[in-house]
Amino acid sequence: MSTTTLEAPVEAKPKQKVILCEGNEAAALGVALARPDMVAVYPITPQSSLVEHVAKLIADGRMDADIVDAEGEHSVLSVLQGGALAGARTYTATCGPGLAFMFEPYFRTSGMRLPIVMSIVTRDGITPQSVWGGHQDAMTVREVGWVQVYCETVQEVLDTTIMAFKIAEHHDVMLPVNVCLDGNYLSYGTSRVELPDQAEVDAFMGVKDVNWHVALDPLRPMAVDPLTGGSSGRGPSTFVRYRKGQCRGMQNSLRVIEEVHEEWAKRFGRSYAPLVEDYRMEDADYAIMTLGSMSGAGKDAIDEARDAGKKVGLIKIKTFSPFPVDVLMKSLKNVRALGVVDRSVGFRWNCGPMYQETLGALYRLGRHVPAQSFIGGLAGADITVGHFHRVIEATEALLSGPASTEPVWLNEND
Amino acid sequence: MYEVRFHGRGGQGAVTAAAMLAAALLEEGKYAVSIPSFGFERRGAPVVSFLRRSDKPIRQMTNIYAPDCLICVDPTLTRSVDIFAGLKPGGTLVQASNKPLAEVTLAPNVATVGLCDAIGIALEIFKKPITNTLMLGAFARTTGVVSLEALKRSLEDSDFRDAGLKQNLLALERGYKETTVHTIERRAVA
Repeated sequence: MSTTTLEAPVEAKPKQKVILCEGNEAAALGVALARPDMVAVYPITPQSSLVEHVAKLIADGRMDADIVDAEGEHSVLSVLQGGALAGARTYTATCGPGLAFMFEPYFRTSGMRLPIVMSIVTRDGITPQSVWGGHQDAMTVREVGWVQVYCETVQEVLDTTIMAFKIAEHHDVMLPVNVCLDGNYLSYGTSRVELPDQAEVDAFMGVKDVNWHVALDPLRPMAVDPLTGGSSGRGPSTFVRYRKGQCRGMQNSLRVIEEVHEEWAKRFGRSYAPLVEDYRMEDADYAIMTLGSMSGAGKDAIDEARDAGKKVGLIKIKTFSPFPVDVLMKSLKNVRALGVVDRSVGFRWNCGPMYQETLGALYRLGRHVPAQSFIGGLAGADITVGHFHRVIEATEALLSGPASTEPVWLNEND
Repeated sequence: MYEVRFHGRGGQGAVTAAAMLAAALLEEGKYAVSIPSFGFERRGAPVVSFLRRSDKPIRQMTNIYAPDCLICVDPTLTRSVDIFAGLKPGGTLVQASNKPLAEVTLAPNVATVGLCDAIGIALEIFKKPITNTLMLGAFARTTGVVSLEALKRSLEDSDFRDAGLKQNLLALERGYKETTVHTIERRAVA
């Protein structure tokens, strides 16, 4: 199966209405089209307009779902756990401090294998106090067993939000999914969007079959999430079985994410690289790596560098968790130098988190590839075409010079 | 690519104006992206929003640093904000002002100026100094980058209803009609 996007967008099917909307509204419209039974919400910047749009769609009768205005994010996810256990399709959205407050049920959701979909309208970490975008929140919880995908465009937010339900609920996955959209640049960025037809989406989603493996039923009472583990009896082996099952679900999701994207492209004519996108990587000597909405400016910079005769390409990660090591290794096959741009900080290794993860994939490649970590776009800062030209130049320099163990902070002198 | 930067104060609708202009350009079959400035916007504080227009899909979701055109929906802003930063040489300024051209703050990069007494007209129409739809009309008149008809259709498709819609359509129309367009002649520096 191809892991790269088509160079030219496939022409839209005629049934799709063209509208103009911001990323948060696009997410809300995607949720409505996926027909969840229950949503629970608590507003937080820059997610607020997303849940306001969801609430409005329900109030206007355009979406048939129960909505719970919970008293905080911990309750939001706990409420949805109950709904999911009873067989409901469930949705919420949060970010930053809200996600932090949600952490206890967040961990439990993946362990209970509940296919809840949650948008993270990504926001930088506090402190210092900040209300702006950055990937620090989603990166902080990358090791908690949720599938996490990042969107590049407003259209991709809408399409991916719908696909997320199908991925989460697949019997070989049964895991919660985060659809990450960059706070500010995607949440409030307004652009042209093709709105899929409801009947087409219904056909794509198929018959609802949520949480078939464990459903709360008064006629069939059962215990959920019993005390498991310890060092005696069947505790250790049972606990291992749980964890191995989660890991298997994560690995299975790589295939399912590809299948669901392929089906989406067939039905709706819009094709996205499900795991890793190679942009102008043919004959590239070196590459830069991106994540999320920064990728558009990155691609424009690559086009300009190619016009100037540089043999450089761009690798965009869409699926960050599980990390698509095998597919990424194919993208890196002929690369001789690599620059990785993160929108968050990895405090332990003094580099960006995606850079750190990529080093693991490079180790498996069995060949030394000099690589440099770049950190930019923190707390709402911009990553422009100009910044990407600096990334391209510094990465090109690795072809003939040493790599630094220090990250390059792209906005340090802005 | 044609790039516009809106300057205003919280409450005057600069962010909404960028989105309305994007909708009108969409009506005309163009690609358009608008991005607001970010923060805890509050009434009266300077705000910025951005708009890109192109015949092709727009990939950059970034702020704008070298605009072709500035739309300043507030007459007092130039006292506290350098609205001209990065304006392309030969650029356009669409300014809300009741002053004659000679008394309007300009910069060397400005070649075309559209002036509209947007506050005065807004006080007549809305009884409030909300100038965004007026200044969209002024922008259409000054640049021709968007048609008045497309702007009207985008307003009709917006959340404006009834009296609000009527007032804003009138504001658009009066902004268009009551804008004077000036070309700045500059002698070559000796």
